[in-house]
Amino acid sequence: MAIFSVVVLTMPIWMKPFGAAYPDILQKFVIFGVFAIGYNILFGLTGYLSFGHAAFLGVGSYTAVWSFKLLTMNIVPAIILSVIMSGIFAVAMGYVALRRSGIYFSILTLAFAQMCYNLAYSVLTPITNGETGLQLAKSDPRILDRLFSEAGDGLPSTTFFGIETSGYSGFYISAVIMIVVFYISLKIFKSSFGLKLKAIKSNQNRMRYLGFNTRPYLLTAFVISGMYAGLAGGLLAATDPLAGAERMQWTASGEVILMTILGGVGTLFGPLLGVIIIKYFENIFSSVNQLDLHSLYSMFPTWLEDSLVAISSLFVGEGWHLTLGLLFMFVVAFLPGGVLEGLQLTYRKISVYLSKKKQKKHQESEEDTGVNHGK
Amino acid sequence: MDAILLQLLNGLDKGGAYALIALGLTLAFGTLGIVNFAHGALFMLGAFCAVTFNKFLTLSKSVKDESITFFDAYKEIPYLEIWWGDTGTAIIDYAVPLSILFAIPVMLFIGWALERGLIQYFYKRSHASQILFTFGLAIVIQEIIRHIFGANPIPTPAPAIVSGSANIGLFFGLGENIIYPWWRLIYFSFSICVIGAVFAFLKFTTFGMVVRAGIQNREMVGLLGINIERRFTIVFSLSAVVAGVAGVMYAPIVPPDFHLGMDFLVLTFVVVVVGGMGSLPGAVAAGFLLGILQSFAAMNEVKEILPGIDQIIIYLVAVVVLLVRPRGLMGVKGVFED
Repeated sequence: MAIFSVVVLTMPIWMKPFGAAYPDILQKFVIFGVFAIGYNILFGLTGYLSFGHAAFLGVGSYTAVWSFKLLTMNIVPAIILSVIMSGIFAVAMGYVALRRSGIYFSILTLAFAQMCYNLAYSVLTPITNGETGLQLAKSDPRILDRLFSEAGDGLPSTTFFGIETSGYSGFYISAVIMIVVFYISLKIFKSSFGLKLKAIKSNQNRMRYLGFNTRPYLLTAFVISGMYAGLAGGLLAATDPLAGAERMQWTASGEVILMTILGGVGTLFGPLLGVIIIKYFENIFSSVNQLDLHSLYSMFPTWLEDSLVAISSLFVGEGWHLTLGLLFMFVVAFLPGGVLEGLQLTYRKISVYLSKKKQKKHQESEEDTGVNHGK
Repeated sequence: MDAILLQLLNGLDKGGAYALIALGLTLAFGTLGIVNFAHGALFMLGAFCAVTFNKFLTLSKSVKDESITFFDAYKEIPYLEIWWGDTGTAIIDYAVPLSILFAIPVMLFIGWALERGLIQYFYKRSHASQILFTFGLAIVIQEIIRHIFGANPIPTPAPAIVSGSANIGLFFGLGENIIYPWWRLIYFSFSICVIGAVFAFLKFTTFGMVVRAGIQNREMVGLLGINIERRFTIVFSLSAVVAGVAGVMYAPIVPPDFHLGMDFLVLTFVVVVVGGMGSLPGAVAAGFLLGILQSFAAMNEVKEILPGIDQIIIYLVAVVVLLVRPRGLMGVKGVFED
């Protein structure tokens, strides 16, 4: 745990060689890390595939921004409120959706998320500000802030008791929160509650025959993971105070599923690994343009260069989603256990290979000595 | 009264589209056991077949415009018009119906290629990984289409002769206020025809009998010595074709863009679940039912009472149906129960 915290907190240092050591992307790493850790509690432990978690992310963001608008620019109440709000949403959604399992559950959660998304775009525009997204304005009341100080000029920025929460300080605050929630998820994984969830995944009927009512456990897991998503949404708003409905679209849910699977479902570190891989490549791929490609392939002859650029421009910039889709298919098809499992497999293969080699050598040397004896 | 009838009609063509897509989905579910999230993408591909065919027909050559004498003006004249004169113009006018002929082999091929190339390796995997894989596939198809055709909707006109509206009210003697676009009526009758054809195919041919038996009990059919693999491929291609032609005919109603498929997919999944998984009549009935409900919810009178109901009515119905009748309206026992 201590090592983990150190690794996370020193991210700005060891991410430097990768060119990802600036606050914006580091914040994304840890915030989506929270999201994926939470998703893993549901999908990894119980095997229930939810397509609706983006809704909680959106709810969390909206709540946090409203708290900035109405109460105070301090992020503490905003984050607490967004966790509570998304928890309430998760109870409502989980109560209905968990009556069914398998693909019915997936589709019910999908329906809920789409419902939230559509509502956010249409009727709820007074609350969500529709397509423009919810933003801070100068005329917002901010009741608590007004108690202590006069309204300054310009838009205030989000703070954590006076520390601004954008840039590196934002990263450190989110990182500390992520470490805390990671610790909680570690405890959940090791608790008897976590064991019960795993039992539900492997055979729900057997659980029922053993006299467990599975639904409360499932609902708890669902609500916890929904609250994690809300927390991530609140953090997103805390580092950058605006919220838009596109965060609730089901492709966003798809992305978190991909992160979890890519890293390794049901493992502790897998989701975090997946988040880093996806967000890192998203950042790189979507910023590359034609000129970069030309300079990348400049050592090849012109005709080859042009065709290479034409092919790879399919996958970068706007085409990042295509890469994402292909990656998705590839991971599901060939690496259902995720990168972590892949690493373990390769490690095992290599060690088996090495030990075989050693044995062979051993045998050979034995044979050698044997031959010698024969002489 | 007129308004209600009009909304009923409005619901019918949308319901037709839902029913067609849901039919293909259910076929794939029932027989192959595949949860195909890429089915919406197939619908979109169908719509883009119409776009491609339209473009192909209107391949043009710039010709000097003789009617303008002040300066050199050029206008684009399609080759077909140059070669065949008025016949060519007529062919271009009928691009959308004609592109069905183009779309059927294309969709057959796409369905075959997808099934043989990708989907067949997922029969034995869990539903979760099927969903995720086809989800990725849908993203890929969507992005490829966006790369080729751009992100903007492409208007694809219906033939001029049916681009107007029909005065149905007068026709049936119900008053003069029920005026309805011809093309939507055509879409509705077309969807009925396709649904009828699929049902007849399943009901009256030996192949259909095997497929129906497969929906009931896949293992048994395989044990009886029927090469189920090959039939699966055909069924999947068939479902792709149904989605494809539904998309072709839908192109004049909504100009297709790259996320048309995703928009429809979520709704159709809900339709399938409401109808009952694995039940073909259920899928069709639920398709029309939800289409009609949706158009009623879009009426101004209803919206005044319950704002935003038009956006969420389908999902609300789905939730209620699943809670009251967990198997859906006409769910078959033993299909997709875990």
